[in-house]
Amino acid sequence: MLDIKDVSKRYPNGVPALDGVGLTVAPGEFLVIVGGSGCGKSTLLRLIAGLDRATAGTVALDGTPVTAPRPEIGKVFQEPRLMPWLTIDQNVAFGIRHLPAAERRTRVSEALARVGLASHAGHWPRELSGGQAQRVALARALVGRPEVLLLDEPFSALDALTRTDLEEHLLDLWAFDRPTMVLVTHDIEEALFLADRIVVMHPGPGRIVTKLVPPLPRPRDRAGADFHTWKYRLLVELDQATRRLPGDEAFPAAAI
Amino acid sequence: MIKPVRWPVGLILPLGLALGWEAAVALHWGNGRLLPPPSRVLATLAELYRTGDLIGHIQATLQRVALGFLLGVAAGTVLGAVSGYWALARRLIDPTLQALRNIPSIAWVPMFILWFGIFEASKVILIAVGVFFPIYLALTAAILSVDRKLVEVGRIFRFSHGEMIVRVLLPAALPSYVTALRAGLGLGWMFVVAAEFMGAEQGLGFLLVDGQQTGRPAVILASITAFAVLGKLTDWLLASVAARFLCWEDGFKPVE
Repeated sequence: MLDIKDVSKRYPNGVPALDGVGLTVAPGEFLVIVGGSGCGKSTLLRLIAGLDRATAGTVALDGTPVTAPRPEIGKVFQEPRLMPWLTIDQNVAFGIRHLPAAERRTRVSEALARVGLASHAGHWPRELSGGQAQRVALARALVGRPEVLLLDEPFSALDALTRTDLEEHLLDLWAFDRPTMVLVTHDIEEALFLADRIVVMHPGPGRIVTKLVPPLPRPRDRAGADFHTWKYRLLVELDQATRRLPGDEAFPAAAI
Repeated sequence: MIKPVRWPVGLILPLGLALGWEAAVALHWGNGRLLPPPSRVLATLAELYRTGDLIGHIQATLQRVALGFLLGVAAGTVLGAVSGYWALARRLIDPTLQALRNIPSIAWVPMFILWFGIFEASKVILIAVGVFFPIYLALTAAILSVDRKLVEVGRIFRFSHGEMIVRVLLPAALPSYVTALRAGLGLGWMFVVAAEFMGAEQGLGFLLVDGQQTGRPAVILASITAFAVLGKLTDWLLASVAARFLCWEDGFKPVE
């Protein structure tokens, strides 16, 4: 159980990034955090990962506070962040050095097989496409069998086709041993396709405005009518974050 | 697969110059007394080789360069890594080292002779000092410019300080480090001459002084030729060993 209580974060320059965020994520749940840029969603994920400390409030996993990175919590970043001097299999093994060599080998080949890159074990990162590299990053995060997997806009740099492919792939990986997933995105369709529950954040300072449980059965059909209804609802939720007060138009179209 | 033949075009320039000078002397365009033609230089080298002197000189010089280089590299690597990784260590040692770096190393010669005597120790230490600075400087700078995003991956996997240095920072800094090693080796060859000028009974630098004092320009040129060949050979050796460790690089590849 991941428990985020009343978390606030102020950047070193004094700008408030998060204000009183509270959230509980059940074991095995797939939670998606949606919000525009600057809403503090990535900051929140860094706090859960233990990469940064909250200014106020606590993040706890199974009752113990997260103050530094922990072995039960894995993370996938927006960029693959592979070590260019290591081959693909060495990259996947990057975080499991504490395991015996035989166990390491088995786990790496398992993980690579699960992301469909078994034949690329000895290749260099520079030889991979963007989607393949991000799959290696997924394998590297999953090979340590974390209880919680954090994903920070993992597919936002990929083209639309690769993205939908990887989203389906991610669901397969999740189904395999059901880690708790917390994925941050600005892509509404991605959120609806993946999430058990969706949390919408607004900026200035970052806070949670809505929590939604879309009642869509899996596997979800992106072209379905329900999917579209929910897409529209989410769009409205997000739009309120960017709607401006009268007289404060960003684009005074009439003046052009 | 047949490897395409790569013509050693780098030989055109030195061989062309040598043949040109040889022809100029043969045609009496120049008298070749102060700048003996290559045939006389080669004859001198052959003679020195026949008497066994050449091998002795080369061994003495090579040993000094090797010892000085190893010492300088060891110190530069350790201090460079420490100074790049710990801000406090950098604030402590870097100002002093930067001040010392700007002292012409030759200025140390009288001091080193007083401290370490006229024999091998003072020579090796002078070379080590020359080699140390480019390596220290480049490694510190290279570590400070390692991509923060890769370091964060190490943090997620809870790397210790040592692991972070060995598994992330040093490999990422390797390309700059190799360039620094080559620059350091070049300086080592430069400083060995200074070291041997300050009194030696053997060595290629001694041969230079000997040629000057006995008025034999062919001997001076023979020594210079030996320096050029040995310097080029050791640099090539270093570069080709390093290339094995840098095969992952994804840099600009100029067209043939």
